Amino acid sequence: MPSAVHVFDASSPWRLSNQVSLRDEAFGALAYHHGNRRLVFLKSPELVALVRSLEEFASADEAIDAVVASGQHQRYVQALSSLLNSEILCGR
Amino acid sequence: MGADFSLRNRFERGLAAPICLTWELTYACNLACTHCLSSSGRRDPMELSTKEAKDLIDEIAAMQIFYINIGGGEPMIRRDFFELIEHAVKQKVGVKFSTNGTRIDEEAARRLAAIDYLDIQISIDGADAQTSDRIRGAGSYDQARRAMDNLQAADFGQFKISVVMTRESIEQLDEFETLAQHYGAELRLTRLRPSGRGVDVWEELHPTREQNRRLYQWLLARPNVLTGDSFFHLSALGDPLEGLNLCGAGRVVCLIDPVGEVYACPFVIHDEFKAGNVRDAGFAQVWTASELFRSLREPGNPGACGSCGSYDACRGGCMAAKFFTGLEMSDPDPECVFGHGEVALEKKRLTIRPTPSPDHSKRVAVAITSR
Repeated sequence: MPSAVHVFDASSPWRLSNQVSLRDEAFGALAYHHGNRRLVFLKSPELVALVRSLEEFASADEAIDAVVASGQHQRYVQALSSLLNSEILCGR
Repeated sequence: MGADFSLRNRFERGLAAPICLTWELTYACNLACTHCLSSSGRRDPMELSTKEAKDLIDEIAAMQIFYINIGGGEPMIRRDFFELIEHAVKQKVGVKFSTNGTRIDEEAARRLAAIDYLDIQISIDGADAQTSDRIRGAGSYDQARRAMDNLQAADFGQFKISVVMTRESIEQLDEFETLAQHYGAELRLTRLRPSGRGVDVWEELHPTREQNRRLYQWLLARPNVLTGDSFFHLSALGDPLEGLNLCGAGRVVCLIDPVGEVYACPFVIHDEFKAGNVRDAGFAQVWTASELFRSLREPGNPGACGSCGSYDACRGGCMAAKFFTGLEMSDPDPECVFGHGEVALEKKRLTIRPTPSPDHSKRVAVAITSR
């Protein structure tokens, strides 16, 4: 299945896709996309909290600064970017 | 995805709910495949009622199990089959079901095509009628192909063609790929287990070591071929195959049988791997509190495999394959790529092997000579 190339811009607003369900697990969460039927692992509770909070912030950058310990900004931009590629996130 | 060891360690300690839940809807089947892992044939009078089945689906939805793998027997034989799958998808519990295709006529195909969150796997055991019918019975291959034609005509979209790898079918890998391409289907290959009636045919039908090595290379070159993590024992040959590469029994995987018994995985329908019944306190209770599942989530003992440099890759292989060939859990997989399993089997030649507990095979008609 060809999928469009998604570019993640951390200065834009994002949210969890409506097609995705999250299930909390000790390591973080499982994310399941009901449309493309892909199962994705969110490998830390911080990432789960970040993903859930995206909608409350004007940009991903702001959400990261508010939710994640400082010094890890770039790491979480990358994590969100890969979630966009799996269509777990979408723009708003 | 490759192997992510830290995540795998996490999974080995168990999840809040299974990722891969198989639910055999009925033991009734109109075919009698020689390798049937649930020894199906006759319906069990104690099978879950429609009401009980719907309650179970509600519980599955509440546990956020995103999809269920439905099998049997032949699940479409149940009169409430459509009622149940529609009840599941309405709550966003996706359904992947396995069928021999005999009940997918034009009308059923149209009805299936209208349902969201539904995946279908049609089983064949050879790329031609002769090879497939030897395992699944006369006429079964043509019926499966008719089902595929009907799904295609109904615009179902992408379905899956599912094949168990036997000594014969493994020689037809390229033909299966061509067949899948013909339908725009996904190809799914799984491992022959010595479970159910498979106990009786495993010895003559399981792939040779050389065939397994070829299969590994073939799969490695085709990451889009699905395997349900079936061949993780082959990952000891080098790079890991796609998937989690672990035995998920009781940790991320389990099986609910038609009468509500919960087993550690679809390949161990035996009293020793029975965790409880959904009729008692519900499925969630069995999943979280069963003693068997708790013990499976303890760190494993590598046993005889501890000194092998590939233990991290294959984790000693498949629990069910060991159990039903009479091996101990601490023995290597009977199909260990280095041949250690064959040595272990040779030593246990005289051991009496366990037979699968509930046998729902059709009774064989005994010819009675007339006087």
